[in-house]
Amino acid sequence: MGGNRIKSSRRNFIKKTVAAAGTIAVSSLLDPINVLVFATDPPEEGPWWGVGIDISQCIGCGMCAKACKMENKVPEEPFYFRTWVEQYTVLNDETVRVESPNGGIDGFEQSVEDEDIFKTFFVPKMCNHCSKSPCTQVCPVGATFESPDGVALVDESYCIGCSYCVQACPYGCRYLHPEKKVADKCTLCYHRIKIGLSPACMEICPTQARIYGDLNDKESELVQFLKDKNWQILKPHMNTGSKLFYNALRAEVR
Amino acid sequence: MEQHYQHLYEMLSKVDGYIYPNELELQWGVLVVLYPYLTGLVAGAFILASLERVFKVKVLGPTYQLALITALAFLICAPLPLITHLGKPGRFYEILITPNSASAMAIFGFVYLWYLTVVLLLEIWFDYRRDFVIWSREKTGFMRRVYKVLTLGVTDISPKALKWDDRIGYIITIIGIPSAFLLHGYVGFIFGSIKANPWWSTVIMPVIFLFSAMVSGIALVMVIYMGVSYIRKVKIDMAALDMIGKYLFYMLILDFAMESLDQVHRIYEAEESFDILNILVNGKLIYTMFAFQITLGMVIPMVGLGIVQLVKVKEQIRKIIYVSSGVLVLVGIFFMRWNVVIGGQLFSKSFYGFTNFKLGLVGTEGLFSAIMWMLLPFALLAVLLWLMPPWKKQEAI
Repeated sequence: MGGNRIKSSRRNFIKKTVAAAGTIAVSSLLDPINVLVFATDPPEEGPWWGVGIDISQCIGCGMCAKACKMENKVPEEPFYFRTWVEQYTVLNDETVRVESPNGGIDGFEQSVEDEDIFKTFFVPKMCNHCSKSPCTQVCPVGATFESPDGVALVDESYCIGCSYCVQACPYGCRYLHPEKKVADKCTLCYHRIKIGLSPACMEICPTQARIYGDLNDKESELVQFLKDKNWQILKPHMNTGSKLFYNALRAEVR
Repeated sequence: MEQHYQHLYEMLSKVDGYIYPNELELQWGVLVVLYPYLTGLVAGAFILASLERVFKVKVLGPTYQLALITALAFLICAPLPLITHLGKPGRFYEILITPNSASAMAIFGFVYLWYLTVVLLLEIWFDYRRDFVIWSREKTGFMRRVYKVLTLGVTDISPKALKWDDRIGYIITIIGIPSAFLLHGYVGFIFGSIKANPWWSTVIMPVIFLFSAMVSGIALVMVIYMGVSYIRKVKIDMAALDMIGKYLFYMLILDFAMESLDQVHRIYEAEESFDILNILVNGKLIYTMFAFQITLGMVIPMVGLGIVQLVKVKEQIRKIIYVSSGVLVLVGIFFMRWNVVIGGQLFSKSFYGFTNFKLGLVGTEGLFSAIMWMLLPFALLAVLLWLMPPWKKQEAI
């Protein structure tokens, strides 16, 4: 009788322990995974900004890069850009030459003889405003953040200037501001889009190669762009949730 | 600023192929090379100390406290170059106050503080408490007060109390071993988790950092032990030195195996980034990697230490092999960190070209500054050894 009682209380004890341990194990397993997975979701209401760039429309005038520098007071030196234009030249021997002298601001000169060219085109580059942005993920203090409407921004009064975000961006879109000593990047001209103006680079583009729009609004120009064009994003294998969609993007472009 | 721009214009003229325009300037210079180097030395030195304490390798007794104090001196200095390199060094405390839980770097402050306070300071304090009490009684004047403060008011040195000290110290060392692994494995993760950078992004990076940390930390304690014995004009305990040499040899083999695995894996898989990394390794990193890191820092010490394991070598020659292997390993691991940190920023993420890096002499990111940061832990070590000499402690027993 006594033996049975001990057995039953032991069984209960083991049951309870296993249940408690199981609960702790499962919850502690779920939580760290949630901490490790990094993504931001579109808002249920309001805009979720994205960008469309039509490579076939870009003429390489570089006005976008120039306008951006003027509008956002980006240092003039040719190693700080929020946006720039690259010239790709695929040669007949299949080699690829990429150039972007001063980010394209001063225009381009083709350095390859015409008869050697297989294909040449311009690719404007800017922040991809990723929804799973590696730069936001790695910022140790949360100075880089995703705005509720999907724009990757930097709080320069908070950034410690560790440059970890610069390292983490696969697209080379960030730099450490030489005077402010904090991370700097494209804001999609947040100060302009908030009052209904388009970003400086898009405002000035003579061929409307760049558009921005609300991915939540099925009637928006950007959503139409995504319907009509054969688009692709840069480095899709990185799974950054890029919201910069290119029409006519070739495999040579990285 | 003008000078800075001038330097960058000079670098611009040396770009090979195409790089994204923002990639010209390296974000992390020699100060960030020092950070994994110093923390690695800490982790390695601590693990050597715990061999004696936890794994009962009693022959290492003469180096136990020396290894602990070396770890402490280097740990205190480790974050200083890191903070100096920040664009806004005055804001570094934000990492502790408002850490971003998704960031690998944000955890640094906590890992560091845990290791410093819970592991090293506590272990050393419990180990030295009895001596602090004795010294506070023996000394006079200012030093008496210093030791008194160091006892933190706990002056009971009855056998029972000392037994407790020993037991708690033991438990802390047991906690310390995974903590040391965490500290340096975590530093490896900071680099290994950057998917944008194929030179860094490998799951094995924390493991490589760990093994190289153990290699460098063991070599450091070995060299310091020999140096301190030479300065004090006392005979080196060859049994201890031979044992350290043996561990260094084994760790070198493991480290070499891990790093080779990483490289073989990269070469065999030959992913998209392979071509650019191949040019990187055979071009800009050819000296720092093949000559300094692999040949001088690994192969030669491995051969030297291997000979000692296999053949009977005279004591005097053994000492020469140990000191030269130790120094070579320390140089080699420095260049291993260099090749990771600097090498990882030399190629463009477009995989179409390379930027350039020239280490300046002056300035916060210059050579002199790096040497200063490298000497600082040795100076601190000298002070700590003067304040709490392990040899006085051993005499007292």
